[in-house]
Amino acid sequence: MVDILNAIVALTNFVIIPATAYGAQLALGALGVTLIYGILRFSNFAHGDTMAFGAMVTILFTWWFQSMGISLGPLPTALLALPLGIIFTSGLLLATDRVVYRFYRQQKAKPVILVIVSMGVMFVLNGLVRFIIGPNDQRFADGERFIISARDFKEWSGLREGLAFKTSQGLTIVVAFICVIALFWFLNRTRTGKSMRAFSDNEDLALLSGINPERVVMVTWLIVAALATVAGVLYGLDKSYKPFTYFQLLLPIFASAVVGGLGSPLGAIGGGFVIAFSEVTITYAFKKVLTYLMPEQLEPDGLVQLLSTDYKFAVSFAILVIVLLFKPTGLFKGQSI
Amino acid sequence: MKKLLAATTAAALMGTTAFAGGHSEVKIGVILGFTGPIESLTPQMASGAELAMAEVTEAKSLLGGAAVTPVRADSTCVDAAAATAAAERLITSEGVKGIMGADCSGVTGAILSNVALANGVVMISPSATSPGLSTAEDNGLFFRTAPSDARQGVVMTEVLMEEGIKEVALTYTNNDYGKGLADSFQAAFEAAGGTVTISAAHEDGKADYSAEVGALASAGGDRLVVAGYVDQGGSGIVRAALDSGAFDTFHFPDGMISAALEENFGDEIDGSTGQHPGTDSPGAARFAEMVGDAFDATSPFAPESYDAAALIMLAMQAAGSAEPGDYKDKVMMVANAPGEQIFPGELAKAMEILSNGGDIDYVGATAVELIGPGESAGNYRQVTVEGGKITTVQYR
Repeated sequence: MVDILNAIVALTNFVIIPATAYGAQLALGALGVTLIYGILRFSNFAHGDTMAFGAMVTILFTWWFQSMGISLGPLPTALLALPLGIIFTSGLLLATDRVVYRFYRQQKAKPVILVIVSMGVMFVLNGLVRFIIGPNDQRFADGERFIISARDFKEWSGLREGLAFKTSQGLTIVVAFICVIALFWFLNRTRTGKSMRAFSDNEDLALLSGINPERVVMVTWLIVAALATVAGVLYGLDKSYKPFTYFQLLLPIFASAVVGGLGSPLGAIGGGFVIAFSEVTITYAFKKVLTYLMPEQLEPDGLVQLLSTDYKFAVSFAILVIVLLFKPTGLFKGQSI
Repeated sequence: MKKLLAATTAAALMGTTAFAGGHSEVKIGVILGFTGPIESLTPQMASGAELAMAEVTEAKSLLGGAAVTPVRADSTCVDAAAATAAAERLITSEGVKGIMGADCSGVTGAILSNVALANGVVMISPSATSPGLSTAEDNGLFFRTAPSDARQGVVMTEVLMEEGIKEVALTYTNNDYGKGLADSFQAAFEAAGGTVTISAAHEDGKADYSAEVGALASAGGDRLVVAGYVDQGGSGIVRAALDSGAFDTFHFPDGMISAALEENFGDEIDGSTGQHPGTDSPGAARFAEMVGDAFDATSPFAPESYDAAALIMLAMQAAGSAEPGDYKDKVMMVANAPGEQIFPGELAKAMEILSNGGDIDYVGATAVELIGPGESAGNYRQVTVEGGKITTVQYR
């Protein structure tokens, strides 16, 4: 019995909790990508760097707050700076839209051209972020580090395995949940949300019924800015902030959006968790868990690891390819690409 | 006004030429990773080397009073192409007569085979420890004041065995240094009857190491050996291992031991052990005394850097020439017995003895004794973390 409990705790500690938090971060990122795809009709490669930009602004304000002695007690100060980060990121995205994307929209440019344009924006943002905050690791997390720390859990339960639940992980899951609920409420219940969905479903009909396209585009960018900043800050809090890692996040984020079905918000969330759980479970070594569960003579000698952790990103790639081959519209019936 | 300015410039120029004519100048390259995974160690290393050069310049006795000028260049520690280009620049445009460096094993090997061999320039590395460099083709141009990791693997095994640790998990940074050290440690540890439950590489510069730590935790072990860099993935691994409660104590080889380790983790890693090249010979104390508050004299490889620079200049003096082809054969001679023992701060005396045709045995800050293909025999400082501070246990 104790062995089973130990196995469950080990699995929760090393697979379920990290994968859930990672999945929530990917889901928020993928929601942004999918909204842009659904409404503006292109794959926004600059999304990872938008996240890095939003997180950077939040970090700068967090440092300012910290230097003034403002804090949120057990919660990270970054939460307080988050709204400011969202405002600045909204400003940046609206400015980019005004300067860059609007031109191509008026030209009725093909989606592939917009994709390339977004890559250009990505490089500019890349440089901008590095220019302001530098390419190095930045620490900005403060407050209580753990909701449950491994040592306390061991003492409390008397089990051999510890269970750690970081504040940043708890926060990620809660905030992601709130964001998703708010987004769905907005899309399904408000007039603006409905007009966005109409615009996404059929642009011509939406225009005929008097929906102002510029307004829909603006609201989309605002929502994307909020989602990207929240995702970026949560990822930075949970892991660490380094501009390059946000660039690398593009692959799993796109994989999540495509696997779930591009253009489908529900798919983005599902896809995020599918990718996160596959990445973590496929690269996890199950030796410990199996040792607890199996009778002694069947205990594994090897690590029981399907793939070395070096190949984490390969997992997202593989899933992406498989889904595109067998179900091009994604698991949740999005648009095919 | 214009004329006056021109005249002043001309006078200044003449002044410099006159100065250079009076005491010829010898340039020595200092190639270290001022950016990159060990950037918190390299400033002290460079200062160590430059301290030796300043000492010799002040003594005015190298080759009849030549001034020694250090020229710094960035090896980046990881980017072989950038390091090679930096070394190329030092040799072709700055005209350095010897290279104190490089630091990390991979770039050191690259500079050696691509630049130093082709141009026939002597390199003395203070910190490249990969066993692979012992057998690299070097035409007698390459030396190191740091010991090969084959030796460090044995020392690590001894430390862990004495602590009664028979089972460890091992992770290494995925490069020449990490792989070389991990392999030599695993071989030594298993030969001594220990078990390495897993030997897994980690990539530097990632945000998240929970997956790597998951695998390490699953394999289990009494202690986690982290053969990585403190400014890079090494710290990330330790952080993730502590957070998830996978390991409480660690064993740290040289790349992990620095003030940054105390800063990052403090007493969270109490009871962890480690070792890095170091010695209790009187040289270390004298070096620390000379350095004073200028920089941290116990920072890893800072004394080795002083010694590396000193050896280049002593060999030049012994050969009576600053040309690498002439003095490369003298490096082993000045480093080893017989002869009068030379400690840090006594470079002027050593120059004197050498110019009188005498023989010296350079001991320096790290008890230098070059063996085999010109590498240090290796003395290590064994440390443990107590109350959040890295404290010395003993030297071995």
